[in-house]
Amino acid sequence: MKRQFVLAAAVSAFAAPAAISETAPDDVVFNEYAVEASLTGVAGDAEAGAKVMTNRGQGNCVACHMVGTMPDVPFQGNVGPALDGAGDRWTEAELRGLLVDSKQAFDGTVMPAFYKTSGFIRPGDGYTGKAATDTFGPILTAQQVEDVVAYLLTLKE
Amino acid sequence: MNYSRFAGSVAAAALVFGAMTAGAEPVEDTLVVNGEIEMTTYNESAPDYIPGLYEQWSGWHFREGETRAMQADDFDNPGMLAAEAGLALWETADGTEGKSCADCHGGIDSMAGLRPTLPKYNEAKGELYSMEMYVNDCRTERMGADAWKWSGGDMVAMTAAITMQSRGMPMNVAIDGPAEEFWKKGEEIYYTRYGQLELSCANCHEDNYGNYIRADHLSQGQINGFPTYRLKNAALVSIHNRFRGCIRDTRAETFAEGSPEFVALELYVASRGNGLSVEGPAVRN
Repeated sequence: MKRQFVLAAAVSAFAAPAAISETAPDDVVFNEYAVEASLTGVAGDAEAGAKVMTNRGQGNCVACHMVGTMPDVPFQGNVGPALDGAGDRWTEAELRGLLVDSKQAFDGTVMPAFYKTSGFIRPGDGYTGKAATDTFGPILTAQQVEDVVAYLLTLKE
Repeated sequence: MNYSRFAGSVAAAALVFGAMTAGAEPVEDTLVVNGEIEMTTYNESAPDYIPGLYEQWSGWHFREGETRAMQADDFDNPGMLAAEAGLALWETADGTEGKSCADCHGGIDSMAGLRPTLPKYNEAKGELYSMEMYVNDCRTERMGADAWKWSGGDMVAMTAAITMQSRGMPMNVAIDGPAEEFWKKGEEIYYTRYGQLELSCANCHEDNYGNYIRADHLSQGQINGFPTYRLKNAALVSIHNRFRGCIRDTRAETFAEGSPEFVALELYVASRGNGLSVEGPAVRN
């Protein structure tokens, strides 16, 4: 019994700092269209980011962008520009800003804001067609954004 | 913001993926149904009240050859099964009055010329009316029958049978006079960016037709082929059913089928296709 309490205390001690340092969508600070500070303080995992980018329920970046480093992913879209070389063209802070809310950079872009929870017209409850609940979250979590940034930074030509 | 930073990657992608995107443009082809109904599926100019549209393409041009061929012959068109069921329903008495459509209207060919004009303003009701609303008024007010569900099997079959009487005629909805306020409301809906993905109809169907979202070849979203047999659904689908699916996919709360919003949107989208032939029942993905 005593041992379990110790364990629980240890777990919460690790969990607490991460929760405190995670920036909520409405609190993200833009410098023009860039976001300098990491949303989580935890380094992004490029491999996890690649999965987010191809998962239809998550980033699904390939729906609109071609990524030459992902030749096994079928049916890459062409609504947006190819992402090859994105790590050369953009800084980490710019890429983070583009993922959080690309409309800060490109007014009128069709690209969704992946880390935003306010300002929508008739937001839905996922893909059900029903109204969203009061507490719906962003499309990607803060860490998923960091993971995708990490992957995009590997795209050098 | 510097767009030229994208330019290099776009050019490179065009080289690498050239083969993949070769079919990205609408296909040039001619649609003649059953070897006799010549369809206007392309116009090199669009109505001047649609400033964002420079040409008109029927969705038929954005589909694969096999799908296009299915629509060219009624024996191969899977939508004709439901349309034939609709022809039978036309002759079938229903409701407390024991009347069929044919008892008042005669042969269904009397409906030729109706599809191109709908939706239109209904003076007596003071409302914009879609075909489904006229059908249900007949059922409830003249036949003493229950209203059909907007996208129910009987309703879609009936609208297909009625639509078919106008195949090959140019779409020609009125957007002025009493229809104008509804048209403007539909236009506003068309350009509103709904949902968590913040996408308007125009984002895909005006700005990006010809491009791909994953495997979806984006068309102009014309509705001259509705009700349309969708291979994906293996069924004929109504216009409002498709509107609902599109808005749902923007992670938005949709409007209801038959809602004033969707009837207004239907008028506006129909007007974007004024001049294209009525194709319904068409065949699409």
